[in-house]
Amino acid sequence: MKNSIPLRLHVPEPQTRPGDLPDFTGMDLPAAGVTERPEIDTPALKMRELAYGLIRVLDQDGKAVGPWNPRLDPETLRQGLRAMMLTRAFDDRMYRAQRQGKTSFYMKCTGEEAVACAQALVLSREDMCFPTYRQQGLLITRGYPLTTMMNQIYSNAADPIKGRQLPVMYSSKEFGFFTVSGNLGTQYPQAVGWAMASAYKGDDKIAAAWIGDGATAEGDFHSAMTFASVYRAPVILNIVNNQWAISAFHGIAGGEQTTFAARGVGYGLPALRVDGNDFLAVHAATQWAVDRARANLGATVIELFTYRAAQHSTSDDPARYRPADEQGQWPLGDPVLRLAAHLIGLGEWSNEQHVALADEVVEEVKAAARVSEKIGTLGQSRPETATMFEDVFKEMDWRLIRQKQEAGV
Amino acid sequence: MPAMNMIQALNSALDNMLERDPNVLIFGEDVGFFGGVFRVTDGLQKKHGLTRCFDAPIAEGGIVGAAIGMGAYGLRPVVEIQFADYIYPAYDQLVSEAARIRYRSAGDFTAPMTIRSPYGGGIFGGNTHSQSVEALFTHVSGLKTVIPSNPYDAKGLLIASIQDDDPVLFLEPKRIYNGPFDGHHEKPVSPWAGHPAAETPADYYTVPLGKAAIAREGKALTVLAYGVMVHVALAAAAETGIDAEVIDLRTLVPVDIEAIEASVRKTGRCVIVHEATRTSGYGAELSALVQENCFYHLEAPIERVTGWDTPYPHAFEWDYFPGPQRVGQAMRRAMEG
Repeated sequence: MKNSIPLRLHVPEPQTRPGDLPDFTGMDLPAAGVTERPEIDTPALKMRELAYGLIRVLDQDGKAVGPWNPRLDPETLRQGLRAMMLTRAFDDRMYRAQRQGKTSFYMKCTGEEAVACAQALVLSREDMCFPTYRQQGLLITRGYPLTTMMNQIYSNAADPIKGRQLPVMYSSKEFGFFTVSGNLGTQYPQAVGWAMASAYKGDDKIAAAWIGDGATAEGDFHSAMTFASVYRAPVILNIVNNQWAISAFHGIAGGEQTTFAARGVGYGLPALRVDGNDFLAVHAATQWAVDRARANLGATVIELFTYRAAQHSTSDDPARYRPADEQGQWPLGDPVLRLAAHLIGLGEWSNEQHVALADEVVEEVKAAARVSEKIGTLGQSRPETATMFEDVFKEMDWRLIRQKQEAGV
Repeated sequence: MPAMNMIQALNSALDNMLERDPNVLIFGEDVGFFGGVFRVTDGLQKKHGLTRCFDAPIAEGGIVGAAIGMGAYGLRPVVEIQFADYIYPAYDQLVSEAARIRYRSAGDFTAPMTIRSPYGGGIFGGNTHSQSVEALFTHVSGLKTVIPSNPYDAKGLLIASIQDDDPVLFLEPKRIYNGPFDGHHEKPVSPWAGHPAAETPADYYTVPLGKAAIAREGKALTVLAYGVMVHVALAAAAETGIDAEVIDLRTLVPVDIEAIEASVRKTGRCVIVHEATRTSGYGAELSALVQENCFYHLEAPIERVTGWDTPYPHAFEWDYFPGPQRVGQAMRRAMEG
């Protein structure tokens, strides 16, 4: 039987494009405090709705409300605020450094600081993070030296990964930060394997992985979710939905008809959808997932609903594919301002303190930059060329020895 | 010393390593309770426990990706890809990740893992149960590639691969799992029992990576081979009466350049044989190495006998497979050149 109407190919398009006014009116955003908080041992099937809701703690007035309020002490909140502001100041400085020709490339996480900074406060230093290129907040919150991050960005003589990698592809086993790969999604099954290893050894450490909304379309996302479910791996599978994969809106990644958290439901995994610009909600959801993993109850999927306020990278110009100032209209606001407002409401922070802290983190970044730039920016300083042949294997084989001689180094 | 076929030898290697190192674990499709579609992991789950040797979802990328994560944790995973023809979904994890992690992290993270996979033709496996994938991996910096040709080497090389701190692709020529095969498909198959290399110690031992073996000493020409082709080359030498020196490379990366140089400098002639397709196959690298390192000793053009540049066909198995006749012809050409 023939179709009564011709078939038509559907290609998702964002609501607005350059020249249009930003418009988020179609977005279904549950109010703060309304999403239920189940016990950590609730079977995944009994909490499917969480994948379609939105865990929010901070309301319009900056008050913490509802069952997900983590009731953090003011000191922890100030620590989180500082980590986010330091991350933002670092990003701003390194973005400018790229524009000044001091390095080849940089990627900011502006607007997404609550994701890594809140989560780093929940996870232990011994837990292994499998980040993408946009979780620099993990390192910064964990106190990794800013100078060392800059040395990596400048590929200078003090770069801990010896000038071999693009800027922002950090690696630090000591800080529980797995070596960042350029290939998207690959870290997802690796994190599951790391978690399986920890369970295999009867250890108490867990793993956490991050992936963007765009990269959930990679096959590795599927295999990671399957393995995490099959082996009940103690892993947290974070999906940072910042609405954009370079120029492609989330609809191209499969987000038009459903949520990314809902992917977890199909794998039998508990899945939380969280306001990614709400420091308290991110903290609480992560704590829930950490408690669940540590109690041997298996993996949790967390969709962190946020907005990529900055350009994808220094090689990108968002004005060519989305409305100007779309980030200014994002209904979930700015994570730094929202947490600051909350602290002020508690009487634990003030505008004066905020301005002072903003200056302080800029000075801290400047001081780190002075040290790093004294060693050298890209091209001014670099590790010994001979080291280019090292670490391909544990020991150099005859081919590399000969090639090193041929290169005259 | 017990006579083992290659399957038993590989099983014994895995058994030894599970016994010896609590960080060794095995997983892959059907490797657990069932013991593997080729029986290589038979009995290991029962003997060592459910978490030491277990079944995996049908997801090659997931298997290799998870193993990389385990390696980063500090385990020494040994994973199986059921057929080398099905390793492609894991190619990104192997090439972009396993092979590069030590380099890109400056030694901060490593991937001490072994990927076992049956490969090669001669079994009427058609397109997707016959491929020889080695050149796709020898081209990748950071990966080692190992191929045994007999039970003794299979066990010793597998133990050495598992203990190696770099990722090792361990390709098992499935045509010779049960017995040596010289390409004479018209003759009845022989078992390994009775073959000298079937004498395999039950205990731990290693065969070093990166070292070739001389399968047959000779003065007239050098044959460079690995896997099944070692046996085909031996048959071709016997049938042509040419006093060939047959080198079993055993490790393709890093290859034993000293053994190759010593032999070709002695003989002045070189024939390279492999089942894989010719263009950009590993034979091209071997040919280039011989040409670069032994140019003044060569008395004839280097010959390559390989699979044709076609997908592996089903009905034309023996027209495709480089048997002793084709190898023998190439050896004669090399002697006349």
